[in-house]
Amino acid sequence: MGVKLLLDKAHVEGIRYYDVYRREGGYRSVEKALKMSPADIVEEVKKSGLRGRGGAGFPAGMKWSFIAKPEGVPRHLVCNADESEPGTFKDRYLMEFLPHLLIEGLIVASFALGSNATYIYIRGEYAWIPDILEQAINEAKANGWLGKNIQGSGFDCEIYVQRGAGAYICGEETALIESLEGKRGNPRIKPPFPAVKGVWDRPTVVNNVETLAAVVPVINMGGEEYSKIGVGKSTGTKLISACGNINKPGVYEIDMTISVEEFVYSDEYCGGIPNGKRLKACIPGGSSVPILPANLLFKTAKGEQRMMNYESLSDGGFATGSMMGSGGFIVLDEDQCVVKHTLTLARFYRHESCGQCSPCREGTGWMEKILKNIETGKGKMTDIDLLWDIQRKIEGNTICPLGDAAAWPVAAAIRHFRDEFEWHVNNPELCLTQNFGLAHYADAREVVA
Amino acid sequence: MAEEQKLFKVTIDNITVEVEPGTTILNAARKIGGDVAPPAMCYYSKLKGSGGKCRTCLVEVAAGSTADPRPMPKLVASCRTTVMDGMIVKNITSERVIDARAGVVEFLLLNHPLDCPICDQAGECHLQDLSYEHGKAGTRYEFSRRTFEKHDLGPYIQLHMTRCILCYRCVFTADQLTNKRVHGVLDRGDHAEIATYIEKALDNDFIGNVIDVCPVGALTDKTFRFKNRVWFTKPVDAHCGCDKCSGKVTLWMRGDEVFRVTARKDEWGEVEEWICNTCRFERKKVSDWTIEGPTEVSRHSVISQGHYVGITKPAETIDKVMGRKPQLLMDIHTVSGVNDPNVDLSEIEGPAHSDDFKKQ
Repeated sequence: MGVKLLLDKAHVEGIRYYDVYRREGGYRSVEKALKMSPADIVEEVKKSGLRGRGGAGFPAGMKWSFIAKPEGVPRHLVCNADESEPGTFKDRYLMEFLPHLLIEGLIVASFALGSNATYIYIRGEYAWIPDILEQAINEAKANGWLGKNIQGSGFDCEIYVQRGAGAYICGEETALIESLEGKRGNPRIKPPFPAVKGVWDRPTVVNNVETLAAVVPVINMGGEEYSKIGVGKSTGTKLISACGNINKPGVYEIDMTISVEEFVYSDEYCGGIPNGKRLKACIPGGSSVPILPANLLFKTAKGEQRMMNYESLSDGGFATGSMMGSGGFIVLDEDQCVVKHTLTLARFYRHESCGQCSPCREGTGWMEKILKNIETGKGKMTDIDLLWDIQRKIEGNTICPLGDAAAWPVAAAIRHFRDEFEWHVNNPELCLTQNFGLAHYADAREVVA
Repeated sequence: MAEEQKLFKVTIDNITVEVEPGTTILNAARKIGGDVAPPAMCYYSKLKGSGGKCRTCLVEVAAGSTADPRPMPKLVASCRTTVMDGMIVKNITSERVIDARAGVVEFLLLNHPLDCPICDQAGECHLQDLSYEHGKAGTRYEFSRRTFEKHDLGPYIQLHMTRCILCYRCVFTADQLTNKRVHGVLDRGDHAEIATYIEKALDNDFIGNVIDVCPVGALTDKTFRFKNRVWFTKPVDAHCGCDKCSGKVTLWMRGDEVFRVTARKDEWGEVEEWICNTCRFERKKVSDWTIEGPTEVSRHSVISQGHYVGITKPAETIDKVMGRKPQLLMDIHTVSGVNDPNVDLSEIEGPAHSDDFKKQ
C-alpha cells in the first residue's frame, strides 16, 4: 500500500462539505502558511521538488520563483482546470470529491505569490463542477478562509471560477489566459512568458489542479519531508487516471516507486486485463505522449524494469520511451487496432487545432485523411513515409505544444507498429474485418486467466 | 541621454550587422537585405502584434548570445525573436531551415485553390513568390481542397476565403486603423475563416487597407475585379489633397485610364502610408490626381514587364546571359482574346466575358 497524500480522505462521508473537511484536518496548511513569509513558502515548495502535474513536469517552486514582481502591479494565480487530454480525468475526481483540497491549495499558493484575485479556469464540458467549486468557495468564505483579511493575517484573496467553452487548446497556458480575458483562445507567442506578462499583462502563474492540491501536503509535511516520498526527481505522489482495457479503471494515487507492471496487473491498481486478453500497447501519460508496445512498457531498452515515475517512463527518449505527461494511462489489449487508434487521436487533434499557425492547421487535417485511407484499406505504402514526413515537419515548428502533441502519437505509432500499418496496406479487405493482433509486441507474460 | 546606447552585433548567414537592442532577427536580416531576409507572410512591421503565425520565417539560432552561446533547440520565428549581442543565426545556410520552410510552403498550399489564372492578386501575390522561391514543384496532397460558404463584405471588398492563409493581418489592420472591428476569425483549426459574424459590410473610411495588407488574393478590390491583370497596368506615384489621409498613392494605369488605386508599398511589400476609402475606390480619374512619376518596381517582378510610355527601359541582357533567345512556349495573345491589350477592358461592365471580345 503506497503513501496517499491527496486521496487519503477521499472516501470520508461528506468530505465535499466544509464541516467534514475541516474536522478531518482541512485548512491546517493555510493556518501554517499565513504564519510563514511568502518567500519561505516558495522555498518550501522548491525544497519539496514538486513537479507540475499538468504534463510538462516543470518544477512548481521554480515556476513560482520566476514570477516578476514589479511595484504596484497586481499578480495573479490561475488554476488550470481545463483538463482536456483524452484519457486524463484525475482533476475531475479531485474537484468533484475534494473541492476544498483545491481551494486550500489555492489560498496557500495565492498567499505565496501575492495574488489577491485567483482564477479557476475550468473546461466547459465539466458542466456540473463549477457549482461544486462555487459552493466550496462560499463555504470557505463564510468561515473566513477567503475574502478580506483572511484569518486576521491582513491578506485578501478572492477565488473566481471561470468556465471555458470547450476547447482543448485552452489547456495551453497562454491560450487559457487569452480565453480568460474573454478573447479567442489562441496561444500567445512566447516570450514574454506569463510570469512576466500574463492575464491582462500582469505577472501570472498558471498551475494544474493537482499541482495546487499537492501544495497542501507540501506545507503540512514540510518540503524536506515531502521530497523523501518517491524517487530521484519524481517526488511526492501522482494521480494516475487509468482507462482502457483494464479490470479496474479509475483514479489511483501512486508514490512513484511502483513498477508499471505492478500498476497494470496488481489488484490494488488496474487489476490486469479483462477477459483473459493480453496487453498490446499502452499510452502512459495522456493521448499526446508516445504509445509504447508491451515489451517496451515493462522493460526499458536497457533491460531495466520500467517504473511509474517521470525519469523511468521517459527513459530511452522517444525512440524507446514515452512520458509521464498528465497521467492518463490508456491500456490497449490484443483486440485493439493501433491504426484505428492513431486515427482517432489524429481526428481529435485536427478538431482541436486552433488554426493559428500553418503547420498544425494544415498538417493535422492531412494526417487524419491519410490515416483514414490506411484504416479503410485505401492506403499506399508511400503514405506511411509521407505520414512520417508530415509529423516531422509539424513537430517543433509551431507556436504552442499542440503541434508536438499531434505529431508524437503518429510518430510513435509508426515507429513501433510499422508492420501493422504495412499489414493494413497489404491487406485492404482483410483489415476491414480483422485486426492485426499481437504479433511480436506481446507482453512476455502468459495469460493469467 | 548621457550614455550611448550599445548596439548588438548579430551574425546572420555569416554576415555581421549591428542593430539596436530589441530588434527582431527578421528586421536585422532585412537590414542586410537580399536572400538573407527570411520571407514573411504574416508579419507586418506596421501592425503591432502581427507575426509568428505563418512559420515561413523560421530560422536556426546557432548561438544564443556571447554570454550564453548555447544554440536554441528549436527553429524560431525570426519575426518575433529579438536579437541578443553575439547571436549567430543561420537562415539559408541551414539545411534544417530550408527543409522546414519547404514544409511550411507545402502546408500553406495544401488547401490553396491555386486559381492564379483568375485571381486578381496574381503577379503581386506573396504566396506566389514564396512558393516559387522556397517551395517544391509538386504537392503530395491527394484529397479535395476545403471550401467555405461565401460571405459578402459589401461593395468594395471581395473575400475569397479559399485563398486565405489566415495571417491575421486584416484583423490587426481593422483593430488598429478603425474604431470597431466587425470582421474576425470564426471557427477554429482548418475551418477557421475570416468573416463577419452576422452578414455585414465592412464600412469604415480606412477598411480598404485590408486589401493592401492581404498577402494573397483573399481580400481584393471589388472595383478592380476582373478588370485587368496587374502586369498590364503600370504603377505611377501620385498624390491628391485628401482631407482624410495623406493622399499619397500608387495609381495602376493603362494608357490614360486609372484601373486601381493602392497605397504605396516599400521594398518588403508593406504599405508606407495608409490611405482612405475615398482615394482608393472613388478617385478613378486622372484629373483627380497629381502624377509624380513611375513607381520603382523590382526588375524581377512581373510588373516590370511591358513599357511605360516615353520612358526608356534598361537594355535586356537575357540573350547575352543565356547565349540564345528565350524560348517562347506559347504566345498567349494568339490564343486568348482576354489577354489582347487592344481591347479596352474598362468599357466592359462587369466581369469580362469572351463574348465581349467577339464584338470587335
